[in-house]
Amino acid sequence: MLDKEGIAKRIAKEVKNNTYVNLGIGIPTLVANYLHEGINVCFQSENGLLGVGPFPKEYAVDPDTINAGKQTITALPGASSFDSAMSFGMIHSKKIDLTILGAMEVSENGDIANWKIPGKMVKGMGGAMDLVASAKHIIVAMQHVNKAGESKLLAKCDLPLTGKNCVKRIVTELAVIDIAPEGGFVLIERAPGVSIEQIKNATAGKLLISGDIPEMAL
Amino acid sequence: MIHKLVTDAAAAVADITDGSTLMLGGFGLCGIPENCIQAILEKGTTNLTCISNNAGVDDFGIGLLLQQKRVKKMISSYVGENEEFERQLLSGELEVELIPQGTLAFRCMAAGYGMPAIFTPAGVGTEVAVGKESRIFDGKEYLLETAFNADFAIVKAWKGDTDGNLIFKSTARNFNPLMAMAGKITIAEVEELVEPGILDPDQIHTPGIYVHRIFEGKNYEKRIEKRTTSK
Repeated sequence: MLDKEGIAKRIAKEVKNNTYVNLGIGIPTLVANYLHEGINVCFQSENGLLGVGPFPKEYAVDPDTINAGKQTITALPGASSFDSAMSFGMIHSKKIDLTILGAMEVSENGDIANWKIPGKMVKGMGGAMDLVASAKHIIVAMQHVNKAGESKLLAKCDLPLTGKNCVKRIVTELAVIDIAPEGGFVLIERAPGVSIEQIKNATAGKLLISGDIPEMAL
Repeated sequence: MIHKLVTDAAAAVADITDGSTLMLGGFGLCGIPENCIQAILEKGTTNLTCISNNAGVDDFGIGLLLQQKRVKKMISSYVGENEEFERQLLSGELEVELIPQGTLAFRCMAAGYGMPAIFTPAGVGTEVAVGKESRIFDGKEYLLETAFNADFAIVKAWKGDTDGNLIFKSTARNFNPLMAMAGKITIAEVEELVEPGILDPDQIHTPGIYVHRIFEGKNYEKRIEKRTTSK
């Protein structure tokens, strides 16, 4: 079973060379720490920066330079800043190659819910509805089950949707799973030490298993 | 050139009346018009509709207006950092329209470019789409989203001149230039105000024609929401 860092480490293997990538808040942010040697990536932050760098040294903190999670960051050499319309213009015109974001629920046809629990929690969608509507490739990073122990991989999302038919791949502490074009969760890899039975038990939606399922190499 | 200079924030917001619709620039607490928010608070203006990506935090930014129940309606994309906001929303005291961040930007942009509406795929198939007209282009569905109509746009820039030209810094730019273009009356507060001719015309982000009032702000706190550093 993977911890959060492990999930980030596994997702880092999905990031291709010379691509523009948008990272969501939480586990997705950690992916930047595990990129493989020789992988050249430009991170976009949808509040208006291309070329997001590491967190600043204490003496270099700039309140005017933050990421979409409101954390202080740095801009790398070659970075550019822009207004919010241009930022979402580059998202909707499909210039961003990969979006990695968290989710509360994903359905077996690739629907995602991550912005609202009616009557309990309303944070808002921020840029997530834009990103999932237009990204070329979407990977969800999340825990397989919620705090109550219920599966987050469902036949149909119960929570209000963020987007429909958009998720391509899910990486959890238990598995790597793809969304089949005709619907269903295709088991691709197991996390180290995790059995198919464990994954089956944690998946409420239709799990498709064919042949031997390899263990993840991290 | 056309006279835009006002003495301070109080003078800039003097004619904002109860029930006005305001656009307020900023992302989180980054690039927010601190001086004008304080002046509106002191002036006692109430029943406001605020268009702003976020609602500040409990004790800073638009959060200050929320605390004193001055806001009737918020139009935002993300409000997760503000407990008082969430409380007023869940209890039904505050009217809230949550919309995708790109849609917020494009609806400002449309107003600034004189376009009545735009099409966007954000929110298709979600509750955001309910009651909205949609159209298919090249096999993909898009929602029709109308331009905002705000009485005042209140923005914060890094530098400006007395002709109203503005330059923004880093990610403090965010919604500010879009809103500056979109207000019926646009108020700009700047960290540094200079005479015309000092700023390089090639570096101007917002041409002065969009700005009706400008002043140099005071005592910027520039509060940081999440101070993250590396060793």
